[in-house]
Amino acid sequence: MAKHDFRYFAHEGLSNMFSHGFMSFAAIGITVACLLIMGTFTLVAVNANQLLRDLEQENEILAYVDDSYDEAQAKALQKKLQSIPNVASATFISKEEAMEEFKAQYPDEALFQDLDPEILRDRYAIKIADLRQQKQTVEQVKAVEGIAKVNAYEEIAGGFITVRNVATVVCVALIAVLFVVSVFIISNTIKLTTFDRREEIAIMRMVGATNGFIRWPFVYEGFLFGILGAAVAFLLQWGLYEAVAQGVANNDTLQLISIIPFTEMWVPVAVSFAVAGIVIGVGGSLSAIRKFLQV
Amino acid sequence: MIRLKDVEMEYDNGTKAIRGISLTIEDGEFVFLVGPSGSGKSTIIKLLTGEVEPCAGRIMINGFSVSNISDRQIPLMRRTLGVIFQDFRLIEKKTVYDNLAFVMRAVGASPKQIRERIPYVLNLVGLEKKANSYPTELSGGEQQRVAIARALVNNPDTIIADEPTGNLDPERSLELMGLLVKINELGTTVVVVTHEKDLVDHFGKRVITIDSGHVINDSVGGYVGGHIHG
Repeated sequence: MAKHDFRYFAHEGLSNMFSHGFMSFAAIGITVACLLIMGTFTLVAVNANQLLRDLEQENEILAYVDDSYDEAQAKALQKKLQSIPNVASATFISKEEAMEEFKAQYPDEALFQDLDPEILRDRYAIKIADLRQQKQTVEQVKAVEGIAKVNAYEEIAGGFITVRNVATVVCVALIAVLFVVSVFIISNTIKLTTFDRREEIAIMRMVGATNGFIRWPFVYEGFLFGILGAAVAFLLQWGLYEAVAQGVANNDTLQLISIIPFTEMWVPVAVSFAVAGIVIGVGGSLSAIRKFLQV
Repeated sequence: MIRLKDVEMEYDNGTKAIRGISLTIEDGEFVFLVGPSGSGKSTIIKLLTGEVEPCAGRIMINGFSVSNISDRQIPLMRRTLGVIFQDFRLIEKKTVYDNLAFVMRAVGASPKQIRERIPYVLNLVGLEKKANSYPTELSGGEQQRVAIARALVNNPDTIIADEPTGNLDPERSLELMGLLVKINELGTTVVVVTHEKDLVDHFGKRVITIDSGHVINDSVGGYVGGHIHG
């Protein structure tokens, strides 16, 4: 494309946008609304995912060492346990430590305070890297010689996975629907401006303009709709996110929820908004102009 | 050169517009295409500009085979043609200069080429002082001269004028036809579709008469054949 062509396309795209001011405003407004809704759902999902990951990390299984093993033998099992693929960490807890922990839980129960640690077993607190494979990992831990028993809370792990899966499906479905809606609305908006210029397009075709040449100003117009919509949506999203984060931080009952600071995510959010905005804008304009370019 | 060989054309609604037409128009010729309404004149224009495809036969225009032309080649073929319409089809929100610049840009002309070519063409059609006027500020005759300038501005091999005088009074029609003859004398092939018998007779050029999708007469000198109803 020659430099003067690009200048022409940019000029035409920009002047189209201004000459159909209200429709352009509507197109940008719709892009902003869709990106904002998509962005909000995504950020909620990202935070929920993070929260679940934190909770997953709290989830541990307990592997009890055989009674016949002394402490040195029991400690020697650590390497074997840590070599199991899905084990993130295996922390040794001696009988004494376990008893101290138990007593600490019931400081007011005098009866428990004199218990002999020997009634307990040495154990390992094991954290799992991927909860979905917990069952297999538990089997592998059980298979380690010297491990007498394993306590795992599979229903909790299953619950985490279900919540995450549902959140992901809902999020992806909403984004897909809103994306299609945005493309459709932008497409119709540009179709209106295209309809207004059908005579110009007919003349261009009649004098031998290529479809590419006719298409470019509309593509540029769609690009401008998308990028402007993305910029506005990004700023609004930022403001909204900070307001919600502030609200959660100030609320006593919600303080357990840790919100990821926006400053940690602004780059991927900005890039995603820009890419989505451009795809919506350019996709919409290409779909709008297609009908007018049939020979 | 334009060559039609055994061309047939039937629309989707079953109307047979062209029934086996063969004709040749050599480079540099001036030809009137005449005939009553519904005779097939407009279909011939559409066939020549690639708007419709023939059902049978072959069409060659300025080195392009329109009968089996690819989508990519259609714009290139159209650049060899300049088309003038009865209703002028000017863009009202653009000035005369911009109406011309717009079609030059559409075929990839540089700003320098545009600056050089437009004054020359406006001068040729006698509108050099109207470059900054809008079409609505011009008379019908002037608007049609802008349309001629637009058809000429990309220096086509052939000008096709579809009822160019249909919206003009007799004096302006004569003036405009004189302009087309002048353009033809500069080397451009000109095909004029018209139903104005007086004009056709006045210029004494080659006349091809179409009726019911057939060529019923092809001769030099004036209109021969049945009535022209417009």
